[in-house]
Amino acid sequence: MAAIAKKSVAVLLQIGVHLGGLLPLLWLFYAINAGHLGGDPVVELIHYLGMGTIRLLLLTLVVSPLAKALHFGQLNRLRRPLGLWCFVWASLHFSTWLALDLGLDWSLIGEELVRRTYILLGFTCWLILFALAITSIPALLRKMGKNWKKLHGLLYVAVLLACWHFWWSVKSGWIEPAIYLGIAISLLCWRKESVMRWIKSLRSW
Amino acid sequence: MLIKVPPKSALREAQTTSESAYVSRRSVIKGLGAGIGGLLLSGNTGAVDLFGDGVEGGASEATPRKPLQFSPQRPAPDLVLTPVDKVTNHNNFYEFGTGKTDPAKYSQGFKTEPWTLRVEGEVEKPGTVDVWKLMSDIGLEERIYRMRCVEAWSMVIPWVGFELGKFLQRFQPTSRAKYVAFETVYDPEQMPGQRNRYVGGGVHYPYVEGLRMDEAMHPLTILSVGLYGKTLPPQNGAPIRLVVPWKYGFKGIKSIVKITLVEKMPPTSWNKLAPNEYGFYANVNPDVDHPRWSQASERFIGPGGLFSVKRQPTLPFNGYGEEVASLYKNMDLRKFY
Repeated sequence: MAAIAKKSVAVLLQIGVHLGGLLPLLWLFYAINAGHLGGDPVVELIHYLGMGTIRLLLLTLVVSPLAKALHFGQLNRLRRPLGLWCFVWASLHFSTWLALDLGLDWSLIGEELVRRTYILLGFTCWLILFALAITSIPALLRKMGKNWKKLHGLLYVAVLLACWHFWWSVKSGWIEPAIYLGIAISLLCWRKESVMRWIKSLRSW
Repeated sequence: MLIKVPPKSALREAQTTSESAYVSRRSVIKGLGAGIGGLLLSGNTGAVDLFGDGVEGGASEATPRKPLQFSPQRPAPDLVLTPVDKVTNHNNFYEFGTGKTDPAKYSQGFKTEPWTLRVEGEVEKPGTVDVWKLMSDIGLEERIYRMRCVEAWSMVIPWVGFELGKFLQRFQPTSRAKYVAFETVYDPEQMPGQRNRYVGGGVHYPYVEGLRMDEAMHPLTILSVGLYGKTLPPQNGAPIRLVVPWKYGFKGIKSIVKITLVEKMPPTSWNKLAPNEYGFYANVNPDVDHPRWSQASERFIGPGGLFSVKRQPTLPFNGYGEEVASLYKNMDLRKFY
């Protein structure tokens, strides 16, 4: 494939990522009104946004090994928009819980964060995504140099935390969270070398 | 144990819309006669309405509900009712899937007629009753109850039913009857969750529940055959289900086919699945947390849209402490949760 064709494919994919991040949110807006989320849309909304976050996280992890396998470096352009959409979805998931489930009752929120490990796991995951999103500002990226890569390796931790958070949050039935955790671990194995390199790089931090 | 009884005013917020809407709806239905499900489908025209109810209609009326003859609760308690659409579109009935909207989606067409209920065990006169015949023979009454789910959400539902205790008396319980065991219908052909462990959330079916004899005989405990003046939709446990208002919702076993009076404490489905999370008693208790949810407060699902969510404190025994706390007077409710 010619370089130009590859580039336009990458641009199209990038547009696709943005549409993929945005359109389901617009659908949600419609779905709530149409009653598709049932009599208590709050919980459904939280689950929908949480599952979306996990799927986006997994998708983000697919990009660079795939780019390498296909010799299609342009694909790496998708990482940033995917990562940022992860953060948007995670933030919507988190704020729906804060505002609509717990009604911004801060003492209750604090208590829940401390006492319920699965919530703490999810919160930690959100903090990581927050740090990664903030440092995606190009000026900061340049300024951070090597440390940027070290920080962004935390995505590996975030994806595991997200799956673990899902596992502990379900009332019954472990099959679905197990599938997601399995996919996450396989994706990390697929890029074993990058993961190992990242772990090694932390020693010099 | 000291039971704090909150002032009667505790729940008197915005006692305006829903109940009056319900009452007028009911009188219209009565005035016009049978089966006008369309009345319940009026309202939302699909405009963007994040602040309104927004969930009128839906799949709830795909299985038509029949109007019931019953004596209304007088005086009606000062509670804001949960709109009927929310009661019928937000359900836990894992036999039809673990999502909250799954039961309304996948239970339509569930065959509830004919339906028989067997009462056996420690009774002088075991027997089988035709539930639909029972519905028209037995005097039905309305009970407007708070409903509290262990997942920390709550509703207020106008049930129609009859006292379980009076019903059990017909079968003459023996002195050996210490507990009552309930069983949901086992019908994998009609219930996808019973066919497939994945769909059914890993629960072992048929779903079973139990009460102590004195809990079962308590006048607040009812077998319900309807809500909002009509027969139950399948997702709410048609044609007959248990309602124990001071316990978490999962005690309210649905679509019952068998009641057995027994000597020993019977197994219960959620207790079998996760004994550290779900006890036999399951009394609503703001002081004892579930590992996954704080039970100190609850999200009331009432009228209004997404942004009118209300958190309210949970009451001991779900507000029925005055009537039922004596049943547990010598028990450590942290241990017997």
